[in-house]
Amino acid sequence: MASKELNSTDYIEHHLTNLTYGKCPDGTWSFAEVHGKSQVAGTEASCNISEMGFWAFQVDTLFMSVLLGMGMIFFMRRVAKNASSSKPSRVQNAVEYLVTLVRDQVQDNFTADKNPLMGPLALTIFVWVFLMNLMDLIPIDLVPWIVNGFAAPNAEGGAIHYFKVLPVADINAPMGMALGVLILIHYYSIKNKGLGGFLAELTFQPYGKWMAPINVIFEIPGFYAKQLALGLRLYGNLFAGEMIFILIALFFGGFFSSVTGVLAGVAGLALNFIWAVFHILVVILQAFLFMVLTLVYLQQAHEHH
Amino acid sequence: MEEAEAIRRVAGALLTGGGAIGVGIGVGLITAKYLEGIARQPELQPYLFTQLLIGMGLVDAIPIVSLAIGLLFLFT
Repeated sequence: MASKELNSTDYIEHHLTNLTYGKCPDGTWSFAEVHGKSQVAGTEASCNISEMGFWAFQVDTLFMSVLLGMGMIFFMRRVAKNASSSKPSRVQNAVEYLVTLVRDQVQDNFTADKNPLMGPLALTIFVWVFLMNLMDLIPIDLVPWIVNGFAAPNAEGGAIHYFKVLPVADINAPMGMALGVLILIHYYSIKNKGLGGFLAELTFQPYGKWMAPINVIFEIPGFYAKQLALGLRLYGNLFAGEMIFILIALFFGGFFSSVTGVLAGVAGLALNFIWAVFHILVVILQAFLFMVLTLVYLQQAHEHH
Repeated sequence: MEEAEAIRRVAGALLTGGGAIGVGIGVGLITAKYLEGIARQPELQPYLFTQLLIGMGLVDAIPIVSLAIGLLFLFT
C-alpha cells in the first residue's frame, strides 16, 4: 500500500500541514515543499512553508471556507425564493427554525439601538462557523485520500499530497473572522460614540481622567485580549478536537496485521464514536458562542455612558 | 531517552494537566451557581442555561488551547 513506512509522528505532522501556496524568498510563487517534495505532484517547489513568511496562502483553508460560505448562501437563497406561507416545505421549516433561533439571540443580547445589520451578521457567523466546524466530523483520512487520487499520502504518484479539510483548525480562519469582528467594533464604537467618546472609554475608566496612563494600561490589553480570545477559543477547541481524532486514528494502524491490531482497531472505533458524539456538542456550542460573543461585543460598542 | 525529549514530554503533561485543574474548578463553580440559581427561580432556567454555556465557553478557551498545544508537544 505504501512505498515507505509512515510512523505516528509523520502521520500526525501530515494531518497538521496545510496545502500552502506562497512567495518564496527568491521571488517565485509555488506550492510549498515538505520533506524534499512538492505538496502537489508535478509542480516544482522551491522553499518550505516557514520560509514563505507573510505571503503564504493556505489553499485548503481558503477553498473549504469559501466553498461552505457559497454553499450556505445559495442554499438559503433557494429556500427564501421558494418560501410559501400556505405550503411550507420541510427544508423551509428547518431554515425558519434556525432563523428564529438566531433572531431570539439577537433580541436577547443586542438591546441597543436598532441596527439592521446585526441579524444577518449573526446568522452568517452562526451558520458559517457551524458548517466549518462540521467538517471535523468527516473521517480525517477521507478527503486527503480522495484529493490524492485515491492513494495513501506517502505512496508514489498521487495528486495533491496535503489537504486539511477543517478550515478552523488552521489559525488563519478563526483569527480572520475575529479580525472582521474587531474592525466592526471599532467602526460602530467611533460611529456611535465619536472618536473622542471611544478614546475616553479606553482612557477615563476605571480611575477617572487624572489617572489616564494607568487606565490605558488596564483597558487596552483587556479590550484587545477579548478579540484575541474570541478567535483563539474557536481555533483551540476545534484544533484539540481534530488532534484527538488524529490520535484515535492511530489505533487503526495495525488493523490488517495482527490480532492485537484488530482489537486496537475495535477499541478505536468505539473511541471514535464516543468522541464524535461528544464533538457534536462542541461544534454547535462553539458556533453559538462565537455568534453570541460577537453580539455582546457589538452591543458594548453601541452603549452610551 | 535524551534529556530534551524528556523535558518536552514533561512540558506537554504539565500543559494538559494544569489546564484541566483550572477548568475543573472554574466550570464546577459556574455549574454550582447555575444549580443554585434554578433552585431559587426555576422559571429562569432557559435563560440561565444560555448564560451558563457562555460562561463555560469563556472559561474553556485558555485550557483548551493549552490542551491542544500539550498534545502537540506529547505526540509530535
